[in-house]
Amino acid sequence: MLPILHAVQAEFGHVPAEALPQIADALNISRAEAQGVMSFYHDFRDHPAGRHVLKICRAEACQAMGSEALAAAAKVRFGIDWHGTTANGALTLEPVFCLGLCACAPAAMLDGQVIGRVDAARLDQIATEAGA
Amino acid sequence: MRIYVPRDAAAKALGAEAVAAAVSAEAAARGLPVELVRNGSRGMVWLEPLLEVETPEGRIAFGPVTAADVAALFDTGFGAHPKALGLTAEIPFLKKQTRLTFARVGVIDPLSLSEYEAHGGLAGLRKALTLAPEAIVAEVTDSGLRGRGGAGFPTGIKWKTVLGAQAPQKYVVCNADEGDSGTFADRMLMEGDPFTLIEGMVIAGLAVGATRGYIYSRSEYPDANDVMGQAIAIGRAAGMLGPDVLGSGRAFELELRVGAGAYVCGEETALLNSLEGKRGIVRAKPPIPALQGLFGQPTVVNNVLSLAAVPAILAEGGAAYAAHGIGRSRGTIPLQIAGNVRFGGLFETGFGITLGEIVNDIAGGTASGRPVKAVQVGGPLGAYHPVSDFDLPFAYEEFAGRGGLVGHAGLVVHDDSVDMLKMARFALEFCAIESCGKCTPCRIGAVRGVEVVDRIAGGDAAAIPLLTDLCQTMKLGSLCALGGFTPYPVLSALTHFPDDFATLQEAAE
Ligand SMILES: Cc1cc2nc3c(=O)[nH]c(=O)nc-3n(C[C@H](O)[C@H](O)[C@H](O)COP(=O)(O)O)c2cc1C
Ligand code: SF4
Ligand code: FES
Ligand code: FES
Repeated sequence: MLPILHAVQAEFGHVPAEALPQIADALNISRAEAQGVMSFYHDFRDHPAGRHVLKICRAEACQAMGSEALAAAAKVRFGIDWHGTTANGALTLEPVFCLGLCACAPAAMLDGQVIGRVDAARLDQIATEAGA
Repeated sequence: MRIYVPRDAAAKALGAEAVAAAVSAEAAARGLPVELVRNGSRGMVWLEPLLEVETPEGRIAFGPVTAADVAALFDTGFGAHPKALGLTAEIPFLKKQTRLTFARVGVIDPLSLSEYEAHGGLAGLRKALTLAPEAIVAEVTDSGLRGRGGAGFPTGIKWKTVLGAQAPQKYVVCNADEGDSGTFADRMLMEGDPFTLIEGMVIAGLAVGATRGYIYSRSEYPDANDVMGQAIAIGRAAGMLGPDVLGSGRAFELELRVGAGAYVCGEETALLNSLEGKRGIVRAKPPIPALQGLFGQPTVVNNVLSLAAVPAILAEGGAAYAAHGIGRSRGTIPLQIAGNVRFGGLFETGFGITLGEIVNDIAGGTASGRPVKAVQVGGPLGAYHPVSDFDLPFAYEEFAGRGGLVGHAGLVVHDDSVDMLKMARFALEFCAIESCGKCTPCRIGAVRGVEVVDRIAGGDAAAIPLLTDLCQTMKLGSLCALGGFTPYPVLSALTHFPDDFATLQEAAE
C-alpha cells in the first residue's frame, strides 16, 4: 500500500480523497482501513501543499546546532507555523525528525534536495529560490 | 586523471554537486581528460565536499572544497593549495580507524561492481556458497556480532532460530529505517557501498534458507534510496541476485521499500506491518519475527550495519572479527559523531574506546568552542551522559551498567548552552508524536509528561516526583522501547542536571 500512496502523492502532491476508495478497491481492503493506513504515516497529505516543501530537522543533533532558532526564524519569515503554506502558495513548511545529516547540522530538505549547516543567509537563498 | 567528488548526501548538502559540475566544466575548458568518480563519503563531514585526486603515491585530498576553489586547484596542478590535506590515508581521523564494514565506503565508485570485486567484494558470498547453512551461521556466531539496530541481540542466534524453523517461505528483512537522531551510518553505507549490504543479505538468505529479501528504507533518504535501487538493478543484471546467484543455482530476490515518515516503523514488528501494507503498529511478542515475521513466515530482521558486517566475517572468518572489541562487545562499531562537535562524522573502531576519547580526541570537542555539557548516546531513546561518564568504554554492557545504551552508536554532543529540561521535554514530545498508539503509558503518558515538565518549568517543584512516577509507569507498562526507553533521556537529564530543573522560584530565591 505504501508504494501506491507514495506514487499518488508524487503525482498529485497529496493523496486526494477520491483516490482512497479506488486504492481500497484495488487492494481489496475496506475504505476505513485505507484511510487508517494513510493517516498513520506523517508523509501523506490529504490536501495540496505549496509549490515547494521545505522540511527543517527538529531532532536533537540539529537542536545542538541551533535548529530551534532557525525554525523560529523561518516561521517568522514565511508568516506560517509548521505544516502551514505561505499566502502566495509558494512554500509549505514541515518538521522532520532527522535527515541523516547530523554531522552538518542544522539540516533541511527543499523538495528532496538536502541542505546542511543552514543559517540565516541560506534561509534567504531558499526563500528566493522558492519564491516565498 | 581520476578525480573523486562524493555523491553522499552530507557532501551534497554542503555543495558537492556544484563542485562536481565545476570539475567537469574546468576539465572541459582546459581540454583535460578527467574521469570524475562520484564516490561515497570518507566520513569526515567537516571536510566535505572532500575532493580527491589519484596520484602514483596514493590519493590526495582537498577540503572542504567550494566550486570557487576548483579553477585554482587545476591551476596548481592539484599541488600546493590552502585546502590541500595531503594523502587521504594519512589524515589522522581516518588513519586511527579500523574499517571493516566501511572498508570500501568513500574508496570505490559505489555502483561499479567490478571495483567492488577488485576491493574484496563478493569474497564472503563466494565462501558462503561453499558452506552448509549451519556452517555460515556458526561463522557469524563465532564473530560475536550483535545487532547494530539498537537491541544488541546476537545475530548468530537469531539466524539459527530462522534456520531451524520449517516453512514454505522465509524472508530476510533489512531494517534501514535509520530514524535515530545523530545516526547516519546506514545512509552512508547505502550511498557509498550498497553491494556490501546486498551481499550480506544474500549470505543471510543462504544461511537461513530464505529466497526473498526486502530493504525497508525511509523517505527522508532520497539519495540513499536512489543509489540502493540502482545497485539492486545492477546486482540483478550481473547475477548477484535473482534465480541463480553467481551461477550457484541458489535464488535470492531483493526489493527496496520506502517508509513514510514514522519513527516507530524502525521497531521490527511495526516495520513488518508496514511492509505488509498496514499501519505501523507494534505487534506483541511472542511470536518473535524469527518464527512468525513477514506474512507470518520465519524472518530475519537485521539492521543495515549487522548485515553489512557479514561479508567481511565470511571472507576473513568469525575469529578475525571477534579479535576486535572488549568483553561481550566483539568486532568494530561505526560510531556516528554529531551535533555540536568540531570534527563530526563516521569513525569505525573496535569496541572499548572511551566516551571521553571519542568526544575530546576524535571529535575535537565542541564546534562552538564552549565546554561539553551532555552527550546523548544511542538516539532519542538513549541517555544523556555528563562529562563524568567520559571514562565509560563504548560497549554494550558497560553503557547499560550506567543507565545508558549503545543503540545504533550515534553520539550527539551538546555544549553548556543546552537546557536539559527542554531536552527532557523534547524526548517526551517526540514520543507523543511518534507513538504507534497501542499502549496507554506511551500514548497518553508522553503527552502527560510534556505537561508535567511544563509545570516544573513554570515553578512547580511538586511536579518533579510526578515526572519520575510517570517515567516508571512508562518503563514498566510499554510494549516496545519507544514508550519503554523514553524515560532514559528524561531521567538522565533530571538526575545529572538537576539545576536545569530547579524551579523558577528556587532560582529567584
Ligand atoms: C521505536 C524503535 C525504533 C527502532 N528503530 C530502528 C531503526 O531505525 N533501525 C534498526 O535497525 N532498528 C531499529 N529498532 C530496533 C529493531 O526493533 C530491531 O531490534 C532491529 O532491527 C533488529 O536488528 P539487529 O539485530 O540487526 O539490530 C528500533 C526499535 C524501536 C523500539
Ligand atoms: S510503547 Fe508506544 S510505540 Fe511502543 S507499542 Fe506501545 S504505544 Fe506503540
Ligand atoms: S538530527 Fe537533524 S539531521 Fe539528524
Ligand atoms: S493510528 Fe495513530 S494512534 Fe492509532
